[in-house]
Amino acid sequence: MSDRLAIRLRGVVKRYGPITAVDGLDLDVPEGTCVGLLGPNGAGKSTTMRLLTAQAIADEGELEVLGFKLPEESKVARAQCGVAPQLDNLDTTLTVEQNLLVFAHLYRIGRADRHDAIERAIDMANLRDRRDSRVDKLSGGMRRRLLIARALVHRPRLVLLDEPTVGLDPQVRQELWALIDALRAEGTTILMSTHYIEEAQRLADTVLIMSHGRCVATGPPARLVAEHAGREAIEVYGPPVKLAEAEAAARAAGFSTRRTGTSISVLAVDGADGRAPEGERRRANLEDVFVLLTGEEID
Amino acid sequence: MAVRAPARTTLGRLERPAITGVLVREIVNFSSYWRSSTFSSTVEPTIYLLAFGFGFGSLVSRVGGYDYVEFIGTGIVATAVLFSSAFPAMFGTFVKYQFQRTYDAILAAPVDTEELVTAEALWISMRASVFGCAPMIVAIFFGLDPSWGMFVVPFIAFISGFGWACFGISVAGFAKSFENFNYIVSAVLTPLFLVAGTFFPIDTLPQWAQVLANFNPLYQSVELVRSAVFGTWEWADLLRLAGLVGFGLLLWRIAIHAMTRKLID
Repeated sequence: MSDRLAIRLRGVVKRYGPITAVDGLDLDVPEGTCVGLLGPNGAGKSTTMRLLTAQAIADEGELEVLGFKLPEESKVARAQCGVAPQLDNLDTTLTVEQNLLVFAHLYRIGRADRHDAIERAIDMANLRDRRDSRVDKLSGGMRRRLLIARALVHRPRLVLLDEPTVGLDPQVRQELWALIDALRAEGTTILMSTHYIEEAQRLADTVLIMSHGRCVATGPPARLVAEHAGREAIEVYGPPVKLAEAEAAARAAGFSTRRTGTSISVLAVDGADGRAPEGERRRANLEDVFVLLTGEEID
Repeated sequence: MAVRAPARTTLGRLERPAITGVLVREIVNFSSYWRSSTFSSTVEPTIYLLAFGFGFGSLVSRVGGYDYVEFIGTGIVATAVLFSSAFPAMFGTFVKYQFQRTYDAILAAPVDTEELVTAEALWISMRASVFGCAPMIVAIFFGLDPSWGMFVVPFIAFISGFGWACFGISVAGFAKSFENFNYIVSAVLTPLFLVAGTFFPIDTLPQWAQVLANFNPLYQSVELVRSAVFGTWEWADLLRLAGLVGFGLLLWRIAIHAMTRKLID
């Protein structure tokens, strides 16, 4: 095991024809931590996830998962990893319990331990009452809990969660956050891709912001905010014309700004009371960093 | 219940636990759809049997030295195997990687594409070896004499079913869309199906078609089934068996190649 890193990527490149999905990515996930892979759609998060299970093979670079070199030793690494994909691929005509049974076999849990493993996963998913329900009869939130519990049935050392809460309502998202947090408390290493900033801020010890297949910033969420967006920001509200003026004025005064759609955020206004524009003061957050670093325009 | 930490850094190819895992998934799934697939795999050939048996059977009483019901009751076994292996393999494989993304989930576990394809083909051929015998059993009620050789038929059905399953998986692996299957069904399977000596003996065909028929795995399995049921083994049957095994092995490797291309970026 190299310095107790659960994942170690160096200079990883993955091309699909003319498109370079991952472009020289370095990524360290220390054991026992939760790392959030944050980036806009198309930044290369899902490709990175596929590279880690050798479902995509890198064109260049070194990849190690749990100390095993990829792609050659990927199968051993996969035996100790759990993966919850972005797109639900449960067997929908099977029951909750049957889905877990299948994966208990696929992850080679011995006959003696199989029953306990399945019971434990049912508890984690909080689906004790629905164990005999077919998956196509479950709500979206239940399905997602099952999808994550399925990835945990063999007590993996490393869990890969690809957009674990995408498309779910806030209540369901909170349930899943509790589940992920419990996992983290047990000492399981987690790599989680997301484009929900709040999710990364709440769950991740370290965040890596990706854009165009590269890492543009990495560190604990609070430090990234302090480094890139300062302590405080000012929100200037108003009609579009006023916003454009405010933006130009703030930039002329040497501030970085970002658009939020309904306002202009003027960033890093700490100790610049005289020069700062009028507006609502608020604490800087990870979203400020995210937009600052990955750009305001949608590709 | 900790995962046994493997001492080795690589696991072997074609491991039993991986293949078992995929088979378990299929068996558990089968419990949810066995009615419909058993129905279609057994009723369809039975309808052929009845239609040809009564239709043709009233025009011809003996074909190739057999009663027509004997001729068709044995011939149709190979067809039933084809129906219950190549078709589920094509459609099932396509649905599993394209729509259900089942294979993405399986390949994230310690299972390689080679093991996945092998297990899927084994499962389909095991099923086909059972379904394939259904029309033969039906034919017994219509006058086919039971024989000990019939117990060999499931093995012949298994070997040819494996080849056809791998054929179907390969087609699904190379296909860009569902519509592509039409070409294969019309241009490959239908001709093979008709020129297999199932419904009429191939020696009534022109010379060139008879020569070509020898390369038709379906024809080879029809002949093997007849040799088994009627106890008319001949040396050529060894060649036929070798042909079927070769067909299975070749298509097995092609299926693995096609699915690796499809599933691993």
